[in-house]
Amino acid sequence: MTRALVVESPGALALVEDLGRPGFAHLGVTGSGALDRGAARLANRLVGNRDGDAIVEVLVGGFRARFTGGDCWFAVAGAWGPVVLDGRTVAPYTAVRAPDGGVLELGPAVRGLRYSLAVRGGIDEAPVLGSRSRDTLSGIGPEPLAPGRVLAIGAEPEASVPLIDQEAAFAPPDGAVTLALRPGPRADWFTDAAGATFFEASWRLSEQADRIGARLVGPTLERRDAGELASEATVPGSVQVAGDGRPTILLADRPVTGGYPVIAIVALSSLDAVAQLRPGQELRFRHA
Amino acid sequence: MTRRLLPSGESALLVECDGLDEVLALHDALAPERRPGVIELVPAARTLLVVVDPAVLPLESLATWLRRIRVDDAPATDAAAFGEAVVPVVYDGDDLDETAALLHVSPEELVARHLAASWRVAFGGFAPGFGYLVSDDWSFEVPRLGAPRARVPAGAVALAGAFAGVYPRQSPGGWRLIGRTDAVLWDAGRPEPAVLAPGRRVRFERVRG
Repeated sequence: MTRALVVESPGALALVEDLGRPGFAHLGVTGSGALDRGAARLANRLVGNRDGDAIVEVLVGGFRARFTGGDCWFAVAGAWGPVVLDGRTVAPYTAVRAPDGGVLELGPAVRGLRYSLAVRGGIDEAPVLGSRSRDTLSGIGPEPLAPGRVLAIGAEPEASVPLIDQEAAFAPPDGAVTLALRPGPRADWFTDAAGATFFEASWRLSEQADRIGARLVGPTLERRDAGELASEATVPGSVQVAGDGRPTILLADRPVTGGYPVIAIVALSSLDAVAQLRPGQELRFRHA
Repeated sequence: MTRRLLPSGESALLVECDGLDEVLALHDALAPERRPGVIELVPAARTLLVVVDPAVLPLESLATWLRRIRVDDAPATDAAAFGEAVVPVVYDGDDLDETAALLHVSPEELVARHLAASWRVAFGGFAPGFGYLVSDDWSFEVPRLGAPRARVPAGAVALAGAFAGVYPRQSPGGWRLIGRTDAVLWDAGRPEPAVLAPGRRVRFERVRG
């Protein structure tokens, strides 16, 4: 019998993700992939997987699933919250062996927003365009998880489960988060005052935040002129400013091209932190 | 011809051109020579985004390459580099008569011009497999619908602005529909998932419905 993870409850949103689908943007297919790439890599490494193996990205919590077909190592990284195996709390950011039939539950995240659940062998869904990532914008890749969904688990990797003396835990911060920014292609479309305000203001994550983009609450950013921008391709972390002067950080499932000027780009070192921001959480910007 | 290199993070540069013709010429120059380290080459109406793996091709080297590359003033017209697609069309779109009237031609004339033009895919970006088609033989400017349709069927052949296009899947859309094709223009299971990839030459061929 092949090993599988059988979903009993997906919670708010549970998706299969890996490190994405690069190389198809010119065909209108965005990169997608785990929103917190560092957490996906770490969870995979904790169970001896390759970095690019598919994980389950669980939003907020409320996720419950049963291991079938044999024992299976798993690890949870990213968001910080109760990880419960067969009714007993186990350590996050640690490889844990689930028995055949074991039930794993991820409770409401206390810090951060997105758990990365890696199983040893990886989630073995059929890849589409070389990736097992669910692209929520285009509907490409494995369907969002629903109760009863059976996720096949891949073959045991060659690497053993690494022995780690110290906990490799990096719980997302619960206070203000400072993100490093690089200049955007259209920074000169904004007034000097807007450029200064952008870095001096305190921002908050709005309720309108998903895998496509994270809209921010704060002051409005004034443009030098109101000219139309011909749509152009963006990279993950692009901070696009809409016509109302409000910024949005574009994320993994963003459209390939956008028609609003990009004032700045979140540095790669800060991008994973955006995935773990909770609505209402404070954020500030600094120059990278 | 001016080319501005704009910053776009740690692993990309955005090249801004004077207009679409220069974007097409630059794309034609860059695309066939797929340098190691180039991950994405994404043309748009006035820009071309080049995404690299900076460990293989550092941004400084990319910038030098982009500044120095020779671009033919007249983009290659042969289909050799990108291939040609022939799309069979039944010209019975809901907006055909009204669109022709807006352009002060008969529906037959509009169809004949659409068939006679040699098109090329300039860029994508709206949805997987959707290509914005341009042609030197096409002089019409087609206004978009006042209110977009909530559902445009897959295979709808459409016009908007200076562009022609084909909806690869059912989606909302504000382009004017002049016909339909049963060609499968997008299939993620194929090695080349999109028929209408940037650079490809396209001809439409009339079929009876």
